[in-house]
Amino acid sequence: MVQERILPKLSIPPVQISREDGLKVYEDMVLGRTFEDKCAEMYYRGRMFGFVHLYNGQEAVSSGVIRAMRSDDYVCSTYRDHVHALSAGVPPRQVMAELFGKATGCSKGRGGSMHLFSSEHNLLGGFAFVAEGIPVALGAAFQSKYRRVALGDDTADQVTACFFGDGASNNGQFFECLNMAALWKLPILFVVENNKWAIGMAHDRATSHPEIYRKASAFGMVGVEVDGMDVMAVRAVAQEAVARARAGEGPTLIEALTYRFRGHSLADPDELRPKDEKENWFSRDPIKGFEAYLIEQNLAKTEELKDIQRKIQATVDEAVEFAEQSPDPDPSELYRYIFTEEGDR
Amino acid sequence: MAEVLLFNALRAAIDEEMAHDPTVMVMGEDVGHYGGSYKVTKGLCKKYGDFRVLDTPIAENSFTGMAVGAAMTGLKPIIEGMNMGFLLLAFNQIANNAMLRYTSGGNFSVPIVVRGPGGVGKQLGAEHSQRLEAYFQAVPGLKIVACSTPYNAKGLLKSAIRDPNPVLFFEHVLLYNLKEEIPDGEYYLPLDKAEVVRPGKDVTILTYSRMRHHVLQAVKPLVEQGFDPEVIDLLSLKPFDLETIGASIKKTHRVLIVEECMKTAGIGAELIASISENFFDELDGPVVRLSSQDIPTPYNGALENLTIVQPAQIVAMVQQMVAQKV
Ligand SMILES: Cc1ncc(C[n+]2csc(CCOP(=O)(O)OP(=O)(O)O)c2C)c(N)n1
Ligand SMILES: [Mg+2]
Repeated sequence: MVQERILPKLSIPPVQISREDGLKVYEDMVLGRTFEDKCAEMYYRGRMFGFVHLYNGQEAVSSGVIRAMRSDDYVCSTYRDHVHALSAGVPPRQVMAELFGKATGCSKGRGGSMHLFSSEHNLLGGFAFVAEGIPVALGAAFQSKYRRVALGDDTADQVTACFFGDGASNNGQFFECLNMAALWKLPILFVVENNKWAIGMAHDRATSHPEIYRKASAFGMVGVEVDGMDVMAVRAVAQEAVARARAGEGPTLIEALTYRFRGHSLADPDELRPKDEKENWFSRDPIKGFEAYLIEQNLAKTEELKDIQRKIQATVDEAVEFAEQSPDPDPSELYRYIFTEEGDR
Repeated sequence: MAEVLLFNALRAAIDEEMAHDPTVMVMGEDVGHYGGSYKVTKGLCKKYGDFRVLDTPIAENSFTGMAVGAAMTGLKPIIEGMNMGFLLLAFNQIANNAMLRYTSGGNFSVPIVVRGPGGVGKQLGAEHSQRLEAYFQAVPGLKIVACSTPYNAKGLLKSAIRDPNPVLFFEHVLLYNLKEEIPDGEYYLPLDKAEVVRPGKDVTILTYSRMRHHVLQAVKPLVEQGFDPEVIDLLSLKPFDLETIGASIKKTHRVLIVEECMKTAGIGAELIASISENFFDELDGPVVRLSSQDIPTPYNGALENLTIVQPAQIVAMVQQMVAQKV
């Protein structure tokens, strides 16, 4: 049996959630899962290409953090970005169309799976180099603080959530940015999705100290670990971190212990990870866990949750149809978007 | 008109643009309290505060990425590379995110300026003598500018700051103390126009940055000897101003490139390709390149002089090229 880290107990009081919010979070998680399953299907049917990294199993992190934020807050992701984009509010049809390389995609067919962007939804990307998005997220957080301090705009209290993996936490950009975020007390959440693996490199084989959240202390920053399969726990930790950031009290490093239910990308045969490890984590499916919670707390009935699943399935099917029917980018616009044009922002 | 040193012209450009637009800010190593390693930002943090003139830790890749994120969300950061060579550490953020506007399908613009001292100085050793303009010229989405006089330094930097795209702006370690009379008021120079420094008809000399001054030193004796070279300072290294270059070639039919970057895959290499693609029929002979040697810049002064192009070599080459013409 693979030795697992002892699950962290929530160090702060558990939060209550209203029925309405609970169902929204649930819907977001189901959307993430259903969307990714559809991507796998479309990839194997030759509708999308390149490296496609699915998020199955990690839904509690995206929904728990982003759904605890405001719509004018910023989100920054990696190549495993579909579900962060969806949680941030990018319409599923725009994401699917992007994966199909269509002109109606959120990046106009120029980005692809690993480069999802939406200025409308403050989604900063979509960065395919490991750890590359961390400094960019830091910049958005710096911008919020700059507006407050240098421009005297008291309404500039936006928070940035920056997602990345355990593998990225061994990169210099991670440490450099933790330092600057703490130094300038920037409103940012560094959310490490520790899914135990960086492709085939086990986290324990890559890092001298596997407890990533502890690395915050070197910078005098708050670091917390959380059960990344428990959306309510993630939400509680995120709400506290967001409040801290918004109040001008600086950044938080959140380490969410989670697991990806599929291979690294759809090109990965996933032969390396031990079977018992996988089965152990599969049994902790965050969506099933949240369903049980909602029912146990009398916030929803099984039939209502089934309705949501059906509704989301229809949404995702519609997204595929939209993507299928959308036009390819106009070849005469091959050079468009390299430089800003007259009238661009 | 007032006589101004080049580093002060750069500071005036930054100061004026910061005064116009509160979203313009400077970040980099020692740009604030210390005033910049070449004093370009001296006094600005007193005037604008520590947040608008931000001293950063020595973390080039990360603070460059931070500038990208700040630019995507509405600020206009000017990054100072303490030495442009240090931006090798920021190659990731510059090369990947200069193209971010394209990759994002126009969702985000990245209005940053990355500026600082480049070129070969006086015995600074190999690492402080990098010429990154050549390394960066392949990056799509990037504009590359090299200033060479107080006048063009100010006008070009002001335009670079206003430009909504990422601009790499090269200064030269040995040119900061150049003195020149420049207009008192504000002015802007186009980022994509070369400057005809001296009109002539025998041969077109294409150059940039400090080599402009080596070329001008060579032109003096050449003119005395009866030669009439045309000198063009490229100013824009990406894109090339092919209009000005082409007009000159149509007149002279001969081209000499004088550059400080290394010969292999240098600015001149790309220039030759562009010229042969566009003006091959106008040429009376092969385009000639005088470039730095393909070696790490040696410390020893005599060896260093042998590494970069000297005025005497330019004189000899023009004599040879024009003699062939007759
Ligand atoms: C700079 C860089 N090096 C290597 C890669 C190849 N690569 C892609 S994902 C990955 C593993 C990253 O693991 P982690 O940060 O834990 O994120 P996860 O994939 O588990 O979500 C590697 C090595 C890359 N994309 N970028
Ligand atoms: Mg991982």
